[in-house]
Amino acid sequence: MAAMFAMKARAGALAVAAIAAAASLALPSAAVAQQKGAAVGKGEQFFPVLVYRTGAYGPNGTPWANGYVDYLKLVNAQGGINGVKITFEECETGYATDRSVECYERLKSRPNATVFQPLSTGATFAITDKAPTDKIPLITAGYGRSESVEGEVFPWNFPLLGTYWTAADVLVQHLGKLNGGVDKLKGKKIALIYHDSPYGKEPIPLLTERSKLHGFQFTTIPVTHPGVEQKAAWLQIRQLRPDYVILWGWGVMNSTAIREAVATGFPRDRMFGGWWSGAEPDVTPVGADAKGYNAMAFQHGAGRAKVHEDILKLVHSKGQGTGPADEVGSVLYTRGLISAVLAVEGVRQAQLRYGVRPLTGEEVRYGLENLNIDAKRIDALGLTGVIRPLATNCRDHEGSRFARVQTWDGAKWGFSSDWYEADSQIIKPMIRDAADRYTSEKKLTRRSCEAEMAAATKAAPAAAPAKAPAAKK
Amino acid sequence: MLYRENGQFKISYADDQQILPILQDRWFMLALLAFAYLGLPALASDYTLRALILPFLILAIAAIGLNILVGYCGQISLGTAAFMAVGAYAAYNIVIRAPVLNFIVVLFLAGGVAALVGVLFGIPSLRIKGLYLAVATLAAQFFVDWMFARVKWFTDYSPSGSVSTAPIEMFGWKVESPLDKYLLVLTLAVVLTLAAKNLVRGHIGRSWMAMRDMDVAAEVIGIRPLYAKLTAFAVSSFYAGVAGALWGFVHLGAWEPLAFNINLSLNLLFMIIIGGMGSLLGAYFGAAFIVLLPILLNQIPGWFGIPIDVALASHLELIIFGSLIVFFLIVEPHGLARLWAIGKEKLRLWPFPH
Repeated sequence: MAAMFAMKARAGALAVAAIAAAASLALPSAAVAQQKGAAVGKGEQFFPVLVYRTGAYGPNGTPWANGYVDYLKLVNAQGGINGVKITFEECETGYATDRSVECYERLKSRPNATVFQPLSTGATFAITDKAPTDKIPLITAGYGRSESVEGEVFPWNFPLLGTYWTAADVLVQHLGKLNGGVDKLKGKKIALIYHDSPYGKEPIPLLTERSKLHGFQFTTIPVTHPGVEQKAAWLQIRQLRPDYVILWGWGVMNSTAIREAVATGFPRDRMFGGWWSGAEPDVTPVGADAKGYNAMAFQHGAGRAKVHEDILKLVHSKGQGTGPADEVGSVLYTRGLISAVLAVEGVRQAQLRYGVRPLTGEEVRYGLENLNIDAKRIDALGLTGVIRPLATNCRDHEGSRFARVQTWDGAKWGFSSDWYEADSQIIKPMIRDAADRYTSEKKLTRRSCEAEMAAATKAAPAAAPAKAPAAKK
Repeated sequence: MLYRENGQFKISYADDQQILPILQDRWFMLALLAFAYLGLPALASDYTLRALILPFLILAIAAIGLNILVGYCGQISLGTAAFMAVGAYAAYNIVIRAPVLNFIVVLFLAGGVAALVGVLFGIPSLRIKGLYLAVATLAAQFFVDWMFARVKWFTDYSPSGSVSTAPIEMFGWKVESPLDKYLLVLTLAVVLTLAAKNLVRGHIGRSWMAMRDMDVAAEVIGIRPLYAKLTAFAVSSFYAGVAGALWGFVHLGAWEPLAFNINLSLNLLFMIIIGGMGSLLGAYFGAAFIVLLPILLNQIPGWFGIPIDVALASHLELIIFGSLIVFFLIVEPHGLARLWAIGKEKLRLWPFPH
């Protein structure tokens, strides 16, 4: 695995060159891309990949990274992004903010650095401030700052697929549904066990808001990093006897919490994890006792779709797979894969405007802001049934607010609920407030989406692909 | 041959009391400063300045602070990161509550707040010593961690508990590019090092060292332990506070209490142990060792184009780094600064050692 993985650039590039050469007859755009790429003289589309394969969060970070990188390899094996080849480089952060910043600085200056996905909320906070200067967008699919949905204030952040607030909101809706309506939650006790970091604290404002609205009693119980010591937290649970426990952990904290729940005798079917507390590494260490444990799932769950088969066929069977083949299709693997899909789709979208050539981060930002992945596109991507259509615009950088609940049956994750959509009535004002706060803190001015859209429609006829006047400021 | 003080006569007290008594050392220092101010900005990439040199300099300031306390005054502290956190959050609160203040003023106020907290946690040092004191300062670490995670006022009621800072601007100079940040931090490091040097070789520094070497004897010759120990805590925490504010504002830009956790305290302690206790130069050596070495180790396979898994690379990084710590401690328990001093001694005799 190790050797294959870092040979990426050379072996991958060679394979792709061969395939691209063979396919160029069938794909005229690929030939154009090569020419344009040569004309620009910057070569390939570079994907910096921040990963953590070591440390307390390594068991969860590794499948994500494998999925991310495997998809990039798949795109190359299929001829690149409309013929533009992908290169990438991993940098190990260990989930530490300062090392993430170092990795970011290391990789950002590469030509055509496309997009960063730090997979850490702490790192997202630090990198968010740098993105506008460096002009490289930041995708934080399902994590990061919840208020960064507001594209007018956070032009470079893309919390695609959902935020912590979306997740928390859907969870409360689900609990309401279990009780026959959210108003029935009145008087119930809900406890949140959270990772004591920005990541864990993010859902609190929304849950507090919802608790006021529906009158349930909401208790927060912090667990310090890395989360292996939770006796005190679960003692509190025993005293409190909550109706539901919401778990907002990551890494080893999740399995520890489920194990403590077993020890405390708290029923697993009344435990609900956030999006990052519902993967195989969280439940398998506990074994059969974890049965009945639930977790939120934005879009995808576990299982293999066509894209997974493609990866097995075109990447793994060629000995290029990043991780073990049986991991393909696991929850976090698919999450990494989808994160890469979103980035690649952003590039594709941007190519429509700027032409088929390696693009800069600033140009890719345009693509991410105008994503439109419809059902047809999802079929073409081989993600049928895995994700729902999503579309972004200047205002809304989230794209989709849908989520489901999945349940561990002792052997695999399966969906146990229908789709829910987060309630914009509650989230929108909160986002607006938080974003306003950010602008005043940072002394920024909101950009105006209306003005930009007006300018864009006016400039649209003139915006011939290769000229790209708007992007070069 | 070249490095010798023959013929350099000291004809006044001022000559005798210079920081660097040997002419060659002074030239070397000037050359070093010239290189730091002119050479590095011209040669080094943004990445080197931003991701390597900047954290190195900031942590070197903190290590100087800790060295004053541990190396010069002999009071072991495991709470340096806590004092850094106090400095960072103090600076944050001053900036949001009094935005008119110049950043330099903010830095010194933040250092002052950290100094006060340092004195507070230094009080136990009057009664307890050695490892017991280390445990007491550990309390500072945990208390401060807890305080900034729980008391929302300090983080301006930020929902996630993470604070982020506005770009620094002073005298119309916007400190934004890596070069700006580097020059700001470099200047502060130079000024603070010079101040520390003058403190430790002056009256107060001598009283610290007397306390370190034997507190009873020091008391007998008229040094007040209360004054000596608490000033050491104050000065040390001041340095840590300034470094913490720089770490937050200049290096990270956005941080959470976890950025100043016990690991950072331990790392700082390792810095001065490896660099050399009771030596300002040692603080720089130690900071370079702890900050730069892991990152360099991590990148070496890449430079030679060796295909290696990142996970393996970071495991190797830890293994080699750990072995090097052990190696240096065995070879020279007094730290890298001592190796440097030995080198200088040898150079004086070169090429005809006795």
